[in-house]
Amino acid sequence: MSILGWFAKRDRIVSRKKAGEQSRLNIPSDLWVKCFSCDATLYLKELEHNHKVCSECQYHFRLSPEERLAYFFDPESFVEHYDDIKPTDFLNFTDTHSYESRIVASQKKTQRADAAVVGTAKIEGLSVNVGLMDFAFMGGSMGCVVGEKIALITEMAIENKHPLVVFTSSGGARMQEGIMSLMQMAKTSGALAKLSEACIPYICVLCDPTTGGTSASFGMLGDVTLAEPGALISFAGPRVIEQTIRQKLPPGFQRAEFLLENGMVDRVVHRKEMRSTVAGLVRVLGGGQ
Amino acid sequence: MSEHRPKPMAFEAPIADLEEKIESLKALSEQGEMNLTDEIANIESRAHELKKDIYSNLSPADIIQIARHPDRPNSLFLANTIFDQFLELHGDRLYKDDPSIVSGVATMGKQRLVFIGHQKGSNTKENLYRNFGMPHPEGYRKALRMMRLADKFSLPIVSFIDTPGAYPGLEAEQRGQAEAIATNLKYMVTVSVPIVSFVIGEGGSGGALGIGVANRLYMLQHAVYSVISPEGCASILFKDASKAPFAAENLKITAKDIVELGIADGILDEPLGGAHYDPEVMAQTIKATIERDLNALGKQSPESLKAERYTKFRQFGAFE
Repeated sequence: MSILGWFAKRDRIVSRKKAGEQSRLNIPSDLWVKCFSCDATLYLKELEHNHKVCSECQYHFRLSPEERLAYFFDPESFVEHYDDIKPTDFLNFTDTHSYESRIVASQKKTQRADAAVVGTAKIEGLSVNVGLMDFAFMGGSMGCVVGEKIALITEMAIENKHPLVVFTSSGGARMQEGIMSLMQMAKTSGALAKLSEACIPYICVLCDPTTGGTSASFGMLGDVTLAEPGALISFAGPRVIEQTIRQKLPPGFQRAEFLLENGMVDRVVHRKEMRSTVAGLVRVLGGGQ
Repeated sequence: MSEHRPKPMAFEAPIADLEEKIESLKALSEQGEMNLTDEIANIESRAHELKKDIYSNLSPADIIQIARHPDRPNSLFLANTIFDQFLELHGDRLYKDDPSIVSGVATMGKQRLVFIGHQKGSNTKENLYRNFGMPHPEGYRKALRMMRLADKFSLPIVSFIDTPGAYPGLEAEQRGQAEAIATNLKYMVTVSVPIVSFVIGEGGSGGALGIGVANRLYMLQHAVYSVISPEGCASILFKDASKAPFAAENLKITAKDIVELGIADGILDEPLGGAHYDPEVMAQTIKATIERDLNALGKQSPESLKAERYTKFRQFGAFE
C-alpha cells in the first residue's frame, strides 16, 4: 500500500471507531484488539511485544509514559522527579464540567497528578533526563504543572549535564488554565534557551499527537527533532484549518512524514529503532556519561 | 470627543439613542423656534453619566468588541504617530514579506529603537491584504530578524500585539508555524536589550506571545489577551460557539484579569468608550509609557535585563 493509501484508509477507520477502541487496549481481559488503521485483528500479547506497533500495517498505537520507559530505556533505570506537583483550579473554570472535576477524573483514570512524567533514566547505559507526556490526561494538555515539570527537568539537565530527551503527546495549551497555560510556552522555551547556552543536547521526539502550544514551544525546539511514524504534528489542528480555508486537507497532511518532507523534523523513527536512534544521537552530541 | 464617530456597538445603543435626541434638539434649537439650551445641557450631562456607567460595567464579551473594533488604532497608525521617524523594513530573507506583521527602526527624541507589531486592516480590502492580522511563519521570522538586529546594535525593542492568532492555514503549517513561534519564544528570552510590549487590541494565543516575551507588558484598557479565542474555546469545550460570552468570562482575558494574574505590568487608560474615539490621545499615552520604561530599563545592564526577563516568565504558574 502506498503511504497515501495508508493514511486514507487509516483516517477513514480511525474516524469511524476512535471512540471506544483504544481504551480497550488497557483492559487485560481483552486478548485481541483490532488495529485502528488496517482493521487487522491483533493478539494483544504480540502487539505489546511489538511495542504496540501493528504487525500488519506498522500503525503506531499511542503509548503511556510507562510503556515508553519500558520500550526505550534501560530496565529499572528510571527515577521519577517532581511527582508531588499537582494542578489547581485557580481560575474556577467551568465549561460543561468544572476544571476541578476534570482534574479528579483524569487523576483517577491515569493514576498520576497531571499530564507529564519527568525524571532521570539510562538509555543503552547513557544517562539522560527524560520528559514524557500522557495523552490520556486531558489530552496531554500543557497547564502550569506540565510547564513547571518540563522547566524543572531542563534546569536539572543544566546542573547534572545530562542530555534531555522529551517525548511529546499533547493537544496544546490547557484552556482551563487560561492565559497562565499560554505563559508555559515562554517558560519552557526559556529554560531550553538556557540549556542551549550550556551546550547540553536536547532531543525531542514528537509522538501522536503534538499540536498547538506544545508544538509551538518545546516540541519544535530540539537540537534534533524525531517523530514517530504517522504522528499528527501541527500548530493548528486539521479541523480548525478545514474550517478556516473551507476545503478538505490532502491525505497525510500534518503527519510526521509530511513534516519530514517539508524539512520540519530530522527523522521519522520506527519504534523498534527508537532506542538505538536516541542513544546514537546522545553518543555523538555528547554528554550522558 | 474628537470628530471620530464610530458605528455604535450593541451595548452602546442607549448612548446612541440619547445622542440622537441631542442632535434633534440641537437642530430644533438652531431653527430658532425654542430656546432648548438648558434641556440640551441636561441631556448631554445625562449622556455623559450614562457613558461612564456603561463603559465602566462592560462584560468581557463587550470588551472584545472594542478590542476588535475596525476603527481601533492599529500598529502602523500608532508607530507613525508615536515615533518621530519610523522606517519600515520588510521581509524574512527566507520566503517573503508578511504584511500582517510590520517592523522597522524608529526614533523618538534621542531614543532609537526597533519596532515590531501585528498589523490589522481598517476595512475589508486592507484586511485581506493584512490577512486580518494573522501572521504566517514568515511574519514571525521577519520579527526574529528584527530582534536579532536590535540585539546586535543594542537597540531596545517595542512591540504592539494585535492579532486573532497565528494563521491556521495549509501553507502556514507546511512552512512551520509552530517552529517559527517556538524559535521566537526561545530567542526573546535570550536577547540583551529591553523589550517593552503592549497588547493594543487582541492578544490571540501563541500568535501574540510570539512577539511578546517582554520585560514589561502593558494592556490597553479594552485590550484582551487569551490562550484561545472565546469562540474557539466555546466550540471545543461546549461544542457550541454561541457560548462564547460565557467562555470569555471563564478564560479571564480582560486587562484587569491579566494584571491581576501578574502577566501584565499595568493598564493604559483609554479615551472614554475606547481608543478609537480618540486615537491621538491613545498614542500619546502609549508614547509616554515607552519613554518612561525605556529610560528606566536603559539603565540596567544587559545581563540584568536578560535575567529579569527569564525570572519573570520562569515564575508564571499556579500549582500545589
